Amino acid sequence: MAKNVRPRVKVPKKAAAGEVITIKTLISHTMESGQRKDSDGNAIPRSIINRFVVDFNGENVLDVTLEPAISTNPYFEFEAVVPEAGEFKFTWHDDDGAVYEDVHAIELG
Amino acid sequence: MELTRRETLIIGAAALAVAAVPLRARAATVDDLIAEFTGGADVAEGGVELDAPEIAENGNTVPIEVGAEGASAIMVLAAGNPTPPVATFNFGPLSGASRAKTRIRLAGTQDVIAVAKLADGSFARTSKNVKVTIGGCGG
Repeated sequence: MAKNVRPRVKVPKKAAAGEVITIKTLISHTMESGQRKDSDGNAIPRSIINRFVVDFNGENVLDVTLEPAISTNPYFEFEAVVPEAGEFKFTWHDDDGAVYEDVHAIELG
Repeated sequence: MELTRRETLIIGAAALAVAAVPLRARAATVDDLIAEFTGGADVAEGGVELDAPEIAENGNTVPIEVGAEGASAIMVLAAGNPTPPVATFNFGPLSGASRAKTRIRLAGTQDVIAVAKLADGSFARTSKNVKVTIGGCGG
């Protein structure tokens, strides 16, 4: 189980209907690639987040497959359309089966 | 501790998942990966934007940006890494523009490749050479 995993998401509080907004996300995670060796020369087992999904009111915005070549503390910046008031839902899937979630509401205005 | 049937099933599934990882890691070369992504279709040069620094002092965290007008998916590969796949972005119906930024690891100086599935179903690729002074994949 990865330790101290903490998602951080930056979403504007308000947007006009149909506006395209920029979202930034970062989740603290060691993202152990499986390529590194410890001081005894044994390979450190892989432990990464392998999938990141963003939905808005149940409709998909972005779905990313992550491989070990994604840096520690995976960062994503992307754009999303806001057709109505609602909720962005961010989901990270860990190799160990853990799922981390974050939800951000956005209003029209 | 006695295991219930449910617990046994969960352990079995976890073991299977672990066993499946090396299989994928073995699926090898860049060409194979691109063929898998495109289903063997032709890939045109250009038509994809790939922003990466010319020189990355630290291969542990190299900022990149990929984008392609109307693309439904973009795959990023690092040809010189021990395992070339980096990430695949699938853009959904509420995606504002088919572009995204992230940070990646590069083991050394190499080509970073982006392959996009465009709106009309065709494929395009572009690559950019990044010089790395400190590798980022350990080992």
